Amino acid sequence: MLREGHEVSCLDEDPESHARLEVGLEKGWEDLGGHFTVGAGLETEALIAAGVEQADAFIASTDGDNTNIIIAQIAQRCYKVPTVIARVLDPLRAEWYQRQGLHTVCPTRVAIDMLENAVRDGAERGGDPEPGDSAEAA
Amino acid sequence: MYIIVVGAGKVGWNLARELLDKEHEVTVIESNRRRYLTVEQELEHNVSYGDASELWVLERAGIQRADMVIAVTGDDEDNMLICQVAREKYLVNRVIARVNNPRNRQHFDLLDIRPSVSATDLILRLLEHEVPEYGLVHLLDLQEEQLEIIEMLLGRDSGVTGRRVSDLEMPEGSLLISILRSGKGFVPGPDTVLEAGDEVLAVLDPGKEDDLKALFGPGGNEIGNGG
Repeated sequence: MLREGHEVSCLDEDPESHARLEVGLEKGWEDLGGHFTVGAGLETEALIAAGVEQADAFIASTDGDNTNIIIAQIAQRCYKVPTVIARVLDPLRAEWYQRQGLHTVCPTRVAIDMLENAVRDGAERGGDPEPGDSAEAA
Repeated sequence: MYIIVVGAGKVGWNLARELLDKEHEVTVIESNRRRYLTVEQELEHNVSYGDASELWVLERAGIQRADMVIAVTGDDEDNMLICQVAREKYLVNRVIARVNNPRNRQHFDLLDIRPSVSATDLILRLLEHEVPEYGLVHLLDLQEEQLEIIEMLLGRDSGVTGRRVSDLEMPEGSLLISILRSGKGFVPGPDTVLEAGDEVLAVLDPGKEDDLKALFGPGGNEIGNGG
């Protein structure tokens, strides 16, 4: 998104994660216009320092479903960010919150669909067992 | 009543014991295997193993018929999520949440999860109660009943020192309930005369604090809300 010319601000509790942002970039993260703040999504000061009040879009993508669901709602209700998306691994919670008006992205759901398709494709292509053919290794 | 308690730590476990003693039906949900096994030895079928932020775990515990859900895990996000889901998806009548970090209280309020209980806040209020400064201290907010209990220390220059309780024009929606004087508390009668140094406890409708402060006169520094 940074390369497309958007202004991107990242918030993470781990200062070392900054390094991950710069992988594959020609210049440093900040040199390309990115921002990085150390802090937790539940901390008001951290959110404001990261620019939540000016944000057009907010993505909650920590490794905790509950955290993502909660901070996404804070972004929606408290800071009125126009576009808010939460990554939710649990398909049941993802589906319910989506119905409640929170845009959720569920990697688990996507993976299940892709894996199922891969199995079906493999079965359709025929019976010759090839090395590495699916044998419930998922 | 059927009550689901989420979290079998010291708070949850003891809470479950008390509720069972009072003959309520209780299920405790605990996600830590070791703690679950320990608690299960005492509570047996009243404790269930699983992560209560997963919907199927709540359903397996019978949340659809629960009258109350109490979330007392050590994680505020979990407590918020469980209470929100309990109330909005499963239409549980009453939810109570524990707030671990007082700074998260605003988020519980934003999501309208009430009442929320923060042990830290309660202790802070007790500290203020023990060492009262001048001004008005919130002792207790009964959110559902819409009542507050506050405490004020009467300074020498207070407008009501030397007056009888029955002569006070208490603002409508407020009531004097007790006086702490020289280390002893008592319920005042109409003829009780207020003295400097009295700590006065009053119950009032929310929003009446300013009227009460005005009546009880300048008492020195104002701390503002103790909550």
